[in-house]
Amino acid sequence: MTQMAGTPIPHAPGFIANTTPRIVTSRFDYEDSYTLARYEATDGYQGLKKALQQTPEEVHNEVRDATLLGRGGAGFPAGVKWGFCPPEVWPRYLVVNGDESEPGTYKDRLLMELDPHQLIEGCLIACYAVGLSQCFLYIRGEMAVAQERVAQALNDAYAAGYIGKNILGSEFSVDIVLHWGAGAYVVGEETALIESLEGNRGMPRLKPPYFPASIGLYGQPTIVNNVETLSNLPWILEHGSQAFTAIGTETSPGTRMVAVSGHVKRPGVYEIINGTTTFRDLLYGTDMCGGIRNDNQLKAFVPGGGSAPWFTPEQLDLPFEASHVGPQGSMLGSGAIMVMDETTDIPAAALTLTKFYAHESCGKCVPCREGGTWLEQILRRVVEGRGTNRDLDLLIEVGETICPGDFPHAAVASKGIEAVPFPYRMTTICFVGPSAFAPVHSALTLFREEFEAKVSGNDEPTMIEVAVDV
Amino acid sequence: MKFFTEENAELAQEIIGRYPKPRSAMIPLLHLAQEQEGWVTDEAMTEIAELVGTTSAEVLGTCSFYEMFKRKPVGKYVINICTTMSCALMGAGDLMKHAESRLGVKSGGSTPDGLFTLEGAECQAACTEAPCLQVNYRHQYRVTPDQFDQLVEDLASSDSDIPEHGVLSQIRQHIPADKFVGSTPPEDVVSAPVWLSEAGGQ
Ligand SMILES: Cc1cc2nc3c(=O)[nH]c(=O)nc-3n(C[C@H](O)[C@H](O)[C@H](O)COP(=O)(O)O)c2cc1C
Ligand code: SF4
Ligand code: FES
Repeated sequence: MTQMAGTPIPHAPGFIANTTPRIVTSRFDYEDSYTLARYEATDGYQGLKKALQQTPEEVHNEVRDATLLGRGGAGFPAGVKWGFCPPEVWPRYLVVNGDESEPGTYKDRLLMELDPHQLIEGCLIACYAVGLSQCFLYIRGEMAVAQERVAQALNDAYAAGYIGKNILGSEFSVDIVLHWGAGAYVVGEETALIESLEGNRGMPRLKPPYFPASIGLYGQPTIVNNVETLSNLPWILEHGSQAFTAIGTETSPGTRMVAVSGHVKRPGVYEIINGTTTFRDLLYGTDMCGGIRNDNQLKAFVPGGGSAPWFTPEQLDLPFEASHVGPQGSMLGSGAIMVMDETTDIPAAALTLTKFYAHESCGKCVPCREGGTWLEQILRRVVEGRGTNRDLDLLIEVGETICPGDFPHAAVASKGIEAVPFPYRMTTICFVGPSAFAPVHSALTLFREEFEAKVSGNDEPTMIEVAVDV
Repeated sequence: MKFFTEENAELAQEIIGRYPKPRSAMIPLLHLAQEQEGWVTDEAMTEIAELVGTTSAEVLGTCSFYEMFKRKPVGKYVINICTTMSCALMGAGDLMKHAESRLGVKSGGSTPDGLFTLEGAECQAACTEAPCLQVNYRHQYRVTPDQFDQLVEDLASSDSDIPEHGVLSQIRQHIPADKFVGSTPPEDVVSAPVWLSEAGGQ
C-alpha cells in the first residue's frame, strides 16, 4: 500500500509521499483514510488510550518533553503554552485553528480532509492534559469538503464513544463542537479567531492583556492550537516523546508539512524532517520538487508563507530551523514556500501578495488600513509603468509607518547586501500590516533594478490623486 | 412570518445549544440562512438577532465583515478564481481573462440567467495545484481554459454534484443527547473538570 517515494497520490491532490518518516501523513496512501474503520485499523485512538492510563500532568509532561513547536506560524512550543493557563480559573477551552489561509499554505486542509480522526484524537489528548472542558473546532468557511469530512468523523467518533460523556468509560468527558468561518484571512490570528467564535467581526485583540491562555474565549483561559500541531499528539502519545525528539534537531524535532508551489517541477505538499531538511533538498531533491521548471534558474522564493521576507538562491542551504532562518532575515512561518524562476516579473509578483494583505486588513489600526492600501496603489502604478523614481522611496516611507526602523531581509553577496535579522518593530496590533510591507520591501531591496527599469523615463512626479476641493 | 422553515428553526436551536453563549452561533446561523435562501436577507438577520439575543444591527455588523455572506442575490454557482501569488505565478491572470470572456461578465458580476457569479478570490489553500478555483467553495485544480469551458458546460446542464450556492457542508454534526456533555455558561463553571480533580488537580 505504501506509495513509491516521489509519486503524487491521486486522491490526495498535492500530497507527495517521500522517504522521510511519516508522522501526520501516515494514512494518506489509503483511499479511505478519513473513515473511522481505517483509523481504527491503523493504530487509531491508541494515543488517547495511552493518555487515559496516565494522569493529565504526565500527559502534559510528555508533550512538553517532545518540544512540539506550533505549526500555525509562530512556532511556539505547545507544551509550554499549555502551561500558561492560570491555575484554578475554570472553565478552560480549546479552540482549534483550522482557518488556513496564509498565501502559499496548504497542509491543514489536507489533514482535515484526509485524516480527521487524527485531529480529533489530538484535540481529546490536549483537553485531557490541560483540563479543557469544551473544544471548538474552527474550520475555514471556504473548505466545504473539510467541513464534511470532519462532521462525519465527529458523528462517528461520538457514536463510538470517543467523544462526549465518559470517554472510553473513564471520568474524562468533553464535547467537540464543529464551527466554521465565513471568509476573512485575519480570523486566523488567534484573538480574532476568538472574536469570531463569539459571534463578532473578526478583529484581533491587543496582546497584552489578551493572551488567549489567560484571557481567551468569553474571557476564560483558552488554548488555541493549529490543526497540524494537534495532529502530532496521537503519535507522540503512542510512541513517546523520545521517539519524537529522535527525529529532526533538538530545537526543532519531528517532521513538518511544507507546501512548495510556484515554478518547480513537482509542486506539492511534503512531510519533511524538521530542523535538518534544507530548502535545497526541498526544491531540488529528486524525491521532492525535482528542480525548477524547464530547468530554469531560481530567482527568489518566499520561505514561510506570504508574510515572510524573501530568500534568493544564496539561502538555499539553510535548514528548516528557526535559529538559522531568523538571523538570515526571514521566518519559517506556516510551512509554505513559493518559488519564482528567472522569468518572474518581481514587482508584479510582490503585488499579488501586497494586494492580498491590503484587502484582508480588518481596519482596526490606521497604519495597516491606510498603509496597506497605499502600498498596493503605489506598487500597482509602478507595475503598470505609471510610477516614478520617487514612488520607490515612497513605498519604503509608507512601509516605515507600519514597521519603523530596519526591516529584515536576506543577504545578496553579489550585490553587496548584508542580511538584517528577523524580527521587526511594528505599529500595528497584528501581523497583517507588516505583511503588506514584507513583499514590497524584499522585492525592492533584493531586486531594485527591476523596479528602476519600470519607472525609468517617468520623471514627472505623479501627484497623488486626492478628491478634495480647496 | 418567520424566516426560518420549521426544520431549520429546529436546527438553529440545536446549534445554539452547543455553545456556552448563544451569540457564538451567529456565523453558523448566517450560513443556515444563506443555505435556505441563497443569500442573507434582512428578514434573516432580524430573526437571527432574536434567536441569539442581540440586535439586527449587531448581526449586520458581523455579517458584513465576512466575504462569504452575500447580502444580495448571487448566481446559483459562485465561481471564485484564486488570484494570490502561487496561482498568479501559474497563470491565474489568463484564467480570469478567459473566464470573463467565456461568461461575458467582469469579475464581480453575474450572468443574466442567474446561473453564475464570477469573483476573484484570495489564496484557497491549494497553492500547489495552481491555478485553482472554487465553485460554491469546492475546489477545481490546475484549471486550463478548456477545462474551465467544460466545467461551465457541466454546471449549466446540471451535470455536476456541486450543490447550489449557500449549501456548504452537506453533512451536519449531530451530537447524540445521551453523549452530549452540555454547554454551561462560563460563569456557572466554578471548579476543575472532574478528571483533573480526581488526579489531584493541576
Ligand atoms: C494574520 C494572522 C493569520 C494567522 N492565520 C493562521 C491560520 O490560518 N492558522 C493557524 O493555525 N494559525 C494562524 N495564525 C497564528 C495564530 O495566531 C496562532 O499563533 C496559532 O494558531 C497557534 O497555534 P500553534 O501554536 O499550534 O501554532 C495567524 C496569525 C496571524 C497574525
Ligand atoms: S494590523 Fe491590520 S489586520 Fe491586524 S488588527 Fe491592525 S488593522 Fe486589523
Ligand atoms: S495562491 Fe491560489 S490557492 Fe494559494
